[in-house]
Amino acid sequence: MSSVAISKKTGFGATLWDYLTTVDHKKLGNMYFFAGLLFFAIAGFEALLIRIQLMVPNNDFVSAGLFNELLTMHGTTMLFLAATPLLFGFMNAIVPLQIGARDVAFPFLNSLGFWLFFLGALFLHLSFFMGGAPDAGWTSYASLSLYSPGHGIDFYVLGLQISGAGTLISGINFIVTIITMRAPGMTFMRMPLFTWTTLISSALILFAFPPLTVGLFFMLVDRMFGANFFDHTMGGNTIIWEHLFWIFGHPEVYILVLPAFGLFSEIIPVFARKRLFGYSSMVFATILIGFLGFMVWAHHMFTTGLGPTANAIFAVATMAIAVPTGMKVFNWILTIWGGSIKVTVPMIYALGFIPSFVAGGVTGVMQATAPLDYQLHDSYFIVAHFHYVIVGGIVTAIFGATHFYWPIMFNRVLNEKLGYIVFWVFFIGFHLTFFLQHFLGLMGMPRRVFTYQADQGWDLYNFISSIGAIMMGIGVILLVVNMLLSIKGKPVNQRDYWGDGRSLEWALVTPVPFYNFKQTPLIRGYDPYWIEKHEGNKEGMTYAEPLGDIHMPHGSILPLIMSIGMFIAAFGALYHPDGVSWSVPVIILGIGITVACMILRSFKDDLGYHVHKEEIIALEEELYGKGGNK
Amino acid sequence: MDLNTKFTPKSWPDHAEQATLEGKNKFVGIWIFICSDIVLFASVFATYLSLKDKGPAGMDISAAELFGLELAFVMTMLLLTSSLTSVYAMYHMKNFNSKGVLIWMGITVLLGLGFLGLEIYEFYEYTVHEGFGFTHSAFSSSFYVLVGTHGLHVIIGLVWITGLIIRNMKRGLNLYNAPKFFAASIYWHFIDVVWVFIFTVVYLMGVLG
Repeated sequence: MSSVAISKKTGFGATLWDYLTTVDHKKLGNMYFFAGLLFFAIAGFEALLIRIQLMVPNNDFVSAGLFNELLTMHGTTMLFLAATPLLFGFMNAIVPLQIGARDVAFPFLNSLGFWLFFLGALFLHLSFFMGGAPDAGWTSYASLSLYSPGHGIDFYVLGLQISGAGTLISGINFIVTIITMRAPGMTFMRMPLFTWTTLISSALILFAFPPLTVGLFFMLVDRMFGANFFDHTMGGNTIIWEHLFWIFGHPEVYILVLPAFGLFSEIIPVFARKRLFGYSSMVFATILIGFLGFMVWAHHMFTTGLGPTANAIFAVATMAIAVPTGMKVFNWILTIWGGSIKVTVPMIYALGFIPSFVAGGVTGVMQATAPLDYQLHDSYFIVAHFHYVIVGGIVTAIFGATHFYWPIMFNRVLNEKLGYIVFWVFFIGFHLTFFLQHFLGLMGMPRRVFTYQADQGWDLYNFISSIGAIMMGIGVILLVVNMLLSIKGKPVNQRDYWGDGRSLEWALVTPVPFYNFKQTPLIRGYDPYWIEKHEGNKEGMTYAEPLGDIHMPHGSILPLIMSIGMFIAAFGALYHPDGVSWSVPVIILGIGITVACMILRSFKDDLGYHVHKEEIIALEEELYGKGGNK
Repeated sequence: MDLNTKFTPKSWPDHAEQATLEGKNKFVGIWIFICSDIVLFASVFATYLSLKDKGPAGMDISAAELFGLELAFVMTMLLLTSSLTSVYAMYHMKNFNSKGVLIWMGITVLLGLGFLGLEIYEFYEYTVHEGFGFTHSAFSSSFYVLVGTHGLHVIIGLVWITGLIIRNMKRGLNLYNAPKFFAASIYWHFIDVVWVFIFTVVYLMGVLG
């Protein structure tokens, strides 16, 4: 058998084809990362426009309609198309290395998940050029969105349907990978925390995305095919959307924040140079947060009128989540406590994260108090709260992990000095932007308004808030500059860049070859690489098998074509309510392309190929010089 | 994976569907997928229950008048039997009898087609003769989406199993296709279980009013 992967083809076309067809988790991780970064930049730009509009009272920088579109797209993009793929990038790039696997369980589905997400995201963003973006908020409540003119909401429904399918597929993939493909000796209770949080967050995806799929489908048939789920004159009920959306929407917050917790649980022990404090309680807290995350959705609906009993139950359940979250915070603090702390860029993000996230958590418990929530509901207090959780918790994790894992992902290092500058500009900007919004909310400023009257005491706070947003924007631009500068930097070409790596991924010499570990490592305890290092093992790990042939999956272009099929079908559905004659044929054509690819995939055996021992030795000599990976 | 290994009923592993890592992944994967599909159906069931008998003012169609048990009973029997025949197919897979697998999977497909035909007939009757179209009311929308989602799952299952039969008609069982048959049969059982709930919630509870 030939080994396709080793034969070197260069040139732009070959590289492009390689990325379009790849099923390698590391490449897909990079693709998720950069796609996420792209949408993060777009959504960040939208946020800047929003803040410029609100900088001064009675502003007319953007129109009211455009403002609605901007705030809808900002929220939708940040949650579905920026935070999720950025975290998926780290999951793809790091989790298989952390558990000593060759790849994920279903490499083909991994690629399909990416392309569905990407084309769904692209579809959603086409709305800007094709008659207006969605404008009913990221929650898109049916009572508002059902009657929104134009195709904005249709883009929202179809785009999220496609990208949501991709997310669900990736979630299933991670769960199976972590269950079946751990290296020998890696029991569940020896798994690194990032792998644990990936597992639990994938389980949340598994149970949270189907209600969203159903809700979006109801909206789709209501708007495009004349169904009556949400139309009260036809017996429908608009509250159904609110329930379905929040049964998805609340766990979605934990889908994003749990991997962020996991990333910090990796960063903190490395730079405190101390074992993670309370590992088993961290695992327990992760599972408990995941479970409780499904019990609290109606706290978004306190003012809907579900009645005092329902409100009381959901209020208590919501407050209960503070307990496992608090456990985590104390465990991080106790990990740092008494450690030999080394302050680096990832560590300073971790140190900034703890107080910021706690602030967001505390305001969350305030809102859990249903009577108080009646006051805070729909005010800027809410905006401040969830930005403290999302920016203070998730974005800091992503930025910190970007510095932390850059050597493994790209074999380069991000500049440390510039890293500190980015941190301080971004961190101060973040608190300037959102801290004052708490008080704006308490003073009565409602969220989602496109302008406000002067002299209500809101002017100064709004102005400062906008200055903060501009600082955050500068921070992100500098971070991207740092990434670009790193291309010119020296390759890392060593294992354990930070010098204090503990888990399995640090045992690999970068650049990581496409088959990861040439021999499956043997895991002898929690923090396996730390154990080997302290026993004087110079070869990284002890291995569970002799060097032999490695079985790898083939790449395939089918995932891309399947996703394009769904993309085409979405256009048919979009224009269906306009009464055009080609809508149904286009839907059938698009779905036909997807189904044909599935059948083709099923009829063509994909048995993978073997990389031979000699080829591995030759490749490692080329990568690491004489003697190979020692 | 090597397809050249020839098996005999003696050397055929006890759990062929999980004998390889790929097989094990498929086995775990289909169960995980079904977990999420359960939540999907739960959402649609909940919606149906809240929109049952709801429509525009003066709507004269109700579940008690519309639904009958005769057709639903025949459909239930067809689908339950098809679940049994897919068990027979798996029984033959355990004994390395590829002909048995193909025949019983084929019968499963025929029974599934019978079910699907009756469902289409039922939808046709409601739409054309009862005036109970998809856009008629919230009740009709939720009914067609609930039963139709199940019907779509049946269609997917039929295409999947038919594809497996055609692809593996000429070659015997091996460790590459055994997990595929097994996953398809688990999926088919799941569809069957969902139908039991539809029969209970839509038809039995519907007739009771």
